[in-house]
Amino acid sequence: MLEGDRSDDLILHADRICKSFGTIPVLFSVSMGVRVGEIHALIGENGAGKSTLMKILSGYHAPTTGTIHLDGKPIELPTDGQAEKLGIVLIHQELSLAEQLTVEENIFLGREESRYGFLNRTHMRAQVRALLSELGLDVAPDSRISDLSIAQKQMVEIAKAISRNARILIMDEPTAVLTPAETAIFFRQIRSLKAQGVSIIFVSHKLDEVKEISDRVTILRDGQWISTKDTADMQPDSMAQLMVGRELSDLYPPKTEPDVDVPKVLRVRNLTAQGGVADVSFDLGKGEILGFAGLVGSGRTALFEAICGLSDVHSGTIEVNGRAGQFASVAQARDAGLTYLTKDRKEKGLLLNMGMRPNLTLLALPKFIRRHMINQRAEDEALVTAKRRFDIRARDHRVNMRDLSGGNQQKLLLAKIMESQPNIVVVDEPTRGIDVGTKQQIYHFIAALAQDGMSIILISSEMPEVIGMCHRVAVMREGRLMTVLSGDEINENEIVRYAAGLKEARADERLSA
Amino acid sequence: MSDSAHDRGVQMKLPRFDIKTMGPAIALILLCIIGYALNPAFASEGNITNLLTRSAFIGIIAVGATFVITSGGIDLSVGSMAAVIAGVMIIIMNNVVDTFGAGVTTVLIGCGCSVILGLGAGWANGFLTTKGKIEAFIVTLGTMGIYRSLVTYFADGGTLSLDFSIRGTYRPVYYDSFFGLPIPVWVFIVVAIVGWILLNRTAFGRYCMAIGSNEAVARYSAINVDRIKTWTYVIQGLCVSLATIIYVPRLGSASSSTGVLWELEAIAAVIIGGTVLKGGYGRIGGTILGALILTTIGNILNFTDLISNYLNGTMQGLIIIVAVWLQRGDWGRARRAKT
Repeated sequence: MLEGDRSDDLILHADRICKSFGTIPVLFSVSMGVRVGEIHALIGENGAGKSTLMKILSGYHAPTTGTIHLDGKPIELPTDGQAEKLGIVLIHQELSLAEQLTVEENIFLGREESRYGFLNRTHMRAQVRALLSELGLDVAPDSRISDLSIAQKQMVEIAKAISRNARILIMDEPTAVLTPAETAIFFRQIRSLKAQGVSIIFVSHKLDEVKEISDRVTILRDGQWISTKDTADMQPDSMAQLMVGRELSDLYPPKTEPDVDVPKVLRVRNLTAQGGVADVSFDLGKGEILGFAGLVGSGRTALFEAICGLSDVHSGTIEVNGRAGQFASVAQARDAGLTYLTKDRKEKGLLLNMGMRPNLTLLALPKFIRRHMINQRAEDEALVTAKRRFDIRARDHRVNMRDLSGGNQQKLLLAKIMESQPNIVVVDEPTRGIDVGTKQQIYHFIAALAQDGMSIILISSEMPEVIGMCHRVAVMREGRLMTVLSGDEINENEIVRYAAGLKEARADERLSA
Repeated sequence: MSDSAHDRGVQMKLPRFDIKTMGPAIALILLCIIGYALNPAFASEGNITNLLTRSAFIGIIAVGATFVITSGGIDLSVGSMAAVIAGVMIIIMNNVVDTFGAGVTTVLIGCGCSVILGLGAGWANGFLTTKGKIEAFIVTLGTMGIYRSLVTYFADGGTLSLDFSIRGTYRPVYYDSFFGLPIPVWVFIVVAIVGWILLNRTAFGRYCMAIGSNEAVARYSAINVDRIKTWTYVIQGLCVSLATIIYVPRLGSASSSTGVLWELEAIAAVIIGGTVLKGGYGRIGGTILGALILTTIGNILNFTDLISNYLNGTMQGLIIIVAVWLQRGDWGRARRAKT
């Protein structure tokens, strides 16, 4: 299966790994071998199973079937993160450093050296200094973590791993949060680790970086192993080709052709806003579903949080339903008919310790006020209607949101947004973390809303979703709108190329759509 | 699961027996039985009236505190605020007595000033917490010290006494009864009803719970978080000023020891009543029971020689800790069941 892998030089080898969560299979017989001192890139679309595979390789999940070999011997990795002791360290995207402690304290956290019951600071500091200079990291051992940049924090995390004799570093999108200059430094440090014989597994969506840094590439698609090849034999384009190429089933409702001359309900020009959004211009037609694709952190959420009154607009113009729409608050945006459905339903969308009714009516509560009081009968009626309309299933109406399934939570969140009777809805990752059946329902709800004349912005990192649902697809990269694709241009190859920066629209093309 | 089952569920609204909501009521009933068993005079009309009147101060303040705590805040300054308001009220009334005489006008001016001061002090707490982005604990710890030292300063380290001529006019506000209940009890009842409606039947109350439950969700749901939070502190200030208005005629004086530990009692009443200290869930009814429980304990200690009356604070402190511990146990279980 793995051509060219002689098992004797593999330090870590996953053999025919399958993984299911409950009844949902995520990985199907995936194999992957990592050689001593190689940089091995793991690529695939969101939902391809990369994170799951990484967590299995680092012991955070146990495989359902299949074995992991370390140094040629089959091993069962401890599932509580103790694989660190075996030299396997996973560096999460959300770094796990104690923010208020210093670099030195973090590196020695949990294994402080002491003499006569007191911390031996001199000795520890000397070791940390040696380690940092070895890694070429220009940080003082006594700097507080909270004062460091994200790139520096990442390096401290790596230094911590190295100080614990890590032989295999598994990194989840380490460059996603780095600027190009920081990435260059990071790569230099990665190469020096490689020279010392450390193996590195590296997940990235940035294919040009994969080409630049890695020795070999493993590609996953839909939980299946597709290929492992020497990077030298591949181009970013061919990687993208291998990542995509699935047929779209009837998961998505049939697309309706939008009228060409529908009125524009949302018109954004040269918008620059908080969160790195720079010079974005686009239009949204009535009844249209406009997709926003791009990598995580490409500025899509920041763009629409600014438009919907959640963060600051620096410059540019927004027109909503023909009127100027610079909203200072969510309430203003709501009253203008524009609402935003957050991608973070647990932290920003729903009150988990409350029931369905107060959650459903929270955004549109002014509508339920009669003579200064909440009309509870109207609330109850709204809940009954919403449950029927969005097929929300719950034991009884008093159940706390916390106890509903992710799918039902998401449906209630959708219902909550709809209570304010918007005519433009921004849905951000509407199917994150929910099962396929509910996904399909949500796609049909969205399509039906568009057919009723509602205009929809669909932000999604799931490529098939954007392609299956949207009339046009805007692609963002690093806060900028790269292009707006329509018709036959909407395919995964095109989107991936724009999102990864391999292709740029000519300036005159940008506004044409 | 059929839709008709949902519909019925929504319409019927069966009141469910809930140990968490019934707990404070059961505790109060038990306390009354114990009190009566220890000394039958506990149930005398005079004692019950006295008990209700005394619980009015803490109860009124605690109604305000319920809003603050439900929306995720805390106000430690209420005791000091009451003291400084009482002090300033007395100074103002003493000063205007020459102009307006010792009649109702002077008392009304005093009460008006009390309300203005309460609203202002509450607004200051709210403004510093929301716009200043300083934690409520720190802001109100600071204002607690400020208000306390101000009243000491105004009283020059001693006691501020209300002019004797005004006392006669003002006295009935504390000592008179109306339909068999002392006036402070009536004020308490009105504040409690208004508070209950505000918390449970208006958008404001819903917003308080939403903010205390999760501020980010509230913000994403078009709620003006800063404004609502500021209002909770303003309501707290208003409640303190009302409590002060009925407290001043009781002794006719204010000193640096006025209102000491009232913040403890008010917060205790709120927590005993089942409001969650972290915010997100508040119960006015529970708060009222909490205030009654605290006063009843003090009252029973007065009646019996079982435990020294000087240990009243100890009993209150123990009860707060036990109440929060009970709450914590319950919430912990709910969370563990989920993960």
